[in-house]
Amino acid sequence: MRCELRVSFAGPMVTLQDAGRRGWMRYGVPWSGPMDTRALAIANTALGNPADACGVEVSLGGLQVECLSGAVSFAVAGGGFQVTLADRALAPWVVATLTPGQRLSVRPGAWGSWAMLTFAGQVEGALWLGSRATHSQSGLGGGVLCRGDILAIEAAEVRQGREGDLPLPAWALPGDRIRVVMGPQDRFFDQAVLREFTGGPFRLTDAYDRMGLRLSGPELPVNAALDMPSEPVLRGAVQVAGDGVATVMLADHGTTGGYPKIATVIGPDLNDLVQHRSGDSVHFAAVTSDAAVAAARAAHHELTAYLTELARPRASLNERLMAGNLISGVVSGEEH
Amino acid sequence: MRVWPRFTAVADCAVLVEFGEGIAPDIHARVVGLDHLLTDAPPLGLVEVIPAYAGLLAVFDPLLTDHAGLTAVLQSRLRGPAPPQTAPVRHDLGVCYCGDLGQDLAQVAALKGLSVEAVIAAHLAGEYRVYLYGFAPGYAYLAGTPEAIQLPRKPVAVRGIPAGRVIIAGPQCIVTTLKMPTGWWIIGASPDPILTGDAARPFRFDVGDTVRFHRISHDAYRAAGGR
Repeated sequence: MRCELRVSFAGPMVTLQDAGRRGWMRYGVPWSGPMDTRALAIANTALGNPADACGVEVSLGGLQVECLSGAVSFAVAGGGFQVTLADRALAPWVVATLTPGQRLSVRPGAWGSWAMLTFAGQVEGALWLGSRATHSQSGLGGGVLCRGDILAIEAAEVRQGREGDLPLPAWALPGDRIRVVMGPQDRFFDQAVLREFTGGPFRLTDAYDRMGLRLSGPELPVNAALDMPSEPVLRGAVQVAGDGVATVMLADHGTTGGYPKIATVIGPDLNDLVQHRSGDSVHFAAVTSDAAVAAARAAHHELTAYLTELARPRASLNERLMAGNLISGVVSGEEH
Repeated sequence: MRVWPRFTAVADCAVLVEFGEGIAPDIHARVVGLDHLLTDAPPLGLVEVIPAYAGLLAVFDPLLTDHAGLTAVLQSRLRGPAPPQTAPVRHDLGVCYCGDLGQDLAQVAALKGLSVEAVIAAHLAGEYRVYLYGFAPGYAYLAGTPEAIQLPRKPVAVRGIPAGRVIIAGPQCIVTTLKMPTGWWIIGASPDPILTGDAARPFRFDVGDTVRFHRISHDAYRAAGGR
């Protein structure tokens, strides 16, 4: 069954995203994909989808859709957003079903900057270089959602057995200690400046989009003429421009750049950083590259354990009640 | 004193290999050499390689390897046999310098004390090499703009420059791929897109390729699909 949703409201930077495209940075194409990489895997797994299936990334601008035809189960995870279905408030991380005539809105809630909305079915969107992830500046890939657009889901299904609230793991709430590996161009900065960087704190400014996040905090003067030729840039790089201001490069970053990178945020902590909001404070903690790899592996195992739990189909309420009765029946039978 | 190549651990998933400093053909040739060694036979855990002017970034999956493991592989590849020398692929792109397509030609000519025709002749005489991609998808940084027409970028970027424009700054030259702001000098337009639209070969150039330009008329530009 095909399901059609009409976008009745979309703030800026609401885009289609799958897990992103790898292998094209040599041609100037960053990975794109979700700002919070865990959110997509969680919202898909909770529905029984492949973890990398395409969904809608909702920014602080918010999104409202109206179901025109076909029913579909959906999931929301990521930041703690306000999810409202047919005027009923749901949990921020949830699986539920949208039926024709109903409205679903996902708006900023208690915390977080990005939420993923996924559907039981295949979201229609243009493929570019093998992925539907939207590259925000060019609009290439699945694309940016705007008011009036039709969002279509092919092979849409209702999966009642998946419905319910999702447990919110402690690690989902963004920490304010963001781990970095110093460099690769820390030689452009005096020791005192490097200490300022890890001393912090830095505040997120409102110059924050899918390309990058400008910080305000201690000035980070560069100690040499800025004559370095463009160097490769990795997601998470903390680039310092001639004015001593730091910008963290994010999902849709330029793949090379001529400003020195004082440090690079490690993968797992980027998910924390992006879920903060303008005005929030963070501080950077330098770790060794070995500790960074260990942290990436630990975060992966933590997420995998959570996803393994989510992947089990949760029976519908009736089925769960019946299962409960059966179990208590067996137990009481043994007692007598 | 610095010893090249230099290996630097980046974040939890990359190693930066640098062969020197600055923009020079011999340094870039070493970058391209290692790039070929890695892309022809990717080591375990390698996700992708980003070549640039003086170095490359080797990105890896931290579940499969780590900085020390990949660095050891990179060092052993560099000690091993050099990659088979293949002649760089040559490209020849048409450029129309007419009217608004070359909106800054007159200004470049005035700033360099040349005629517009002399600026065009200098641009056509250049031998260009693809050093890296960056800034935006398909933005291939070519170096080789002759000294006679080199200018620093404009103090303020101009917005909304269409795709397909040929722009120069310093020794560099780019054929734009998306509507973007640019502070570079717009001297012409090419109907030959860098984003080819061909799934088998979506980008016209590889890093290390060489490029020449030839002049085409406005009619030829339109006929080839130029806008």
